[in-house]
Amino acid sequence: MSLTRLEVDRLACERGGRPLFEPVSFSLCAGEWLHLQGDNGAGKTSLMRMVSGLSPAITGEVRWAGVPIRQCAELYRAEMLYLGHTLSLKDDLSALENLQFASAVSGESLDEASALQALTALGLRGREHLPLRVLSQGQKRRAALARLLTTRARLWLLDEPFVALDPGAVTQLADLLSQHVHQGGLVLYTSHQTVPMGGTGHHLRLTAP
Amino acid sequence: MSAFIAVLRRDVLLALRRKAEVLTGVFFFVVVASLFPLAIGPEMATLRKVAPGVIWVGALLASMLSLGRLFESDHRDGTLEHLALSPAGLSWLVAAKILAHWLTSGLPLVLLAPLLGLQFDLPVDSLVVLMLTLLIGTPVLSLIGAIGAALTLGVRGGGVLLSLLVLPLFVPVLVFGAGAVESQMAGLGIEAHVSILMALLLPAAALSPWACAVALRIALE
Repeated sequence: MSLTRLEVDRLACERGGRPLFEPVSFSLCAGEWLHLQGDNGAGKTSLMRMVSGLSPAITGEVRWAGVPIRQCAELYRAEMLYLGHTLSLKDDLSALENLQFASAVSGESLDEASALQALTALGLRGREHLPLRVLSQGQKRRAALARLLTTRARLWLLDEPFVALDPGAVTQLADLLSQHVHQGGLVLYTSHQTVPMGGTGHHLRLTAP
Repeated sequence: MSAFIAVLRRDVLLALRRKAEVLTGVFFFVVVASLFPLAIGPEMATLRKVAPGVIWVGALLASMLSLGRLFESDHRDGTLEHLALSPAGLSWLVAAKILAHWLTSGLPLVLLAPLLGLQFDLPVDSLVVLMLTLLIGTPVLSLIGAIGAALTLGVRGGGVLLSLLVLPLFVPVLVFGAGAVESQMAGLGIEAHVSILMALLLPAAALSPWACAVALRIALE
């Protein structure tokens, strides 16, 4: 299964001339998850941004299916879903509009029925048409996570996905991630919580140099 | 293509939901162009003479007002990162954003211009030329302004820097836009002026989205 394999090779990051963490290497195959841990300011988000291709890697390399991601950017972006700290949602649009817009930008068409179904599954029934600014922080996060139910991307990069969720939603999200892994997906996520996850996977802690 | 249409639709929709932002520019344009005839006085010959310049300067400043917000709100809520990671390519989506910006801030000015031109006693032929030059010129303002907005994204006090960056680049558009109306009123042809405006529009349309995308990627790092 070399086709769906994420390799991170001696990736390092600098802030203000100082290295943030010891160079990191790992590989993630289809059907595996990786939980990235680290103290505040350890560089988890910086690492996620480099893996997603938003920031260039100063040293080291990220490879998808054996090819550096800079050389296969279009293919990689179509196979990857990145959900960052900021949820990439518009406050003036409804959850439904946000979801359909996010899908269209990722090159997937999503009809209204499936979008509504995904939002219902995440407990936003009856609030699909409200502008997001009137929803709570946790509800906004649920609206962003609805992307996971509709996407065809195989690699999920999730930066602190469990923040602001109630215990029920945390379990639901953990089940969703486990299910994706069982179906041959790849999940790389950061979290301060240790949430029980099914399937094969391991934890990785970023250490200061 | 569907991503392009999605971005275009979303930005126009957002502009319609935040009407105040769109109306600020339009209102500014109307006020500037209406105050001049009051201040200058009712002498028709003078009014006709200053009309193209005043209306063009008003349009230029009005379209600058909304430039700062072009990428700023997308940057703040993280949607810009999402656009940068789209398989459709950032420059393509930036082109959609610029088109939406023109539709919501440039096109209303083009449509209002003949009405305001009446206050300056411009003849109908001149009003048509005024609209035509604004129709070609305001997209150039959006395209060039977008590069400035992308370069100053995330910079504190970026508004001043943005004006310093783009105003010199707006000058040719202003000179030839207002010049076309003047030369029409003087009985000379407008072909030369319109050709030059088109010569500004085409390279701007081709290069601006790409330049913006490069600048935005640097801002996102």
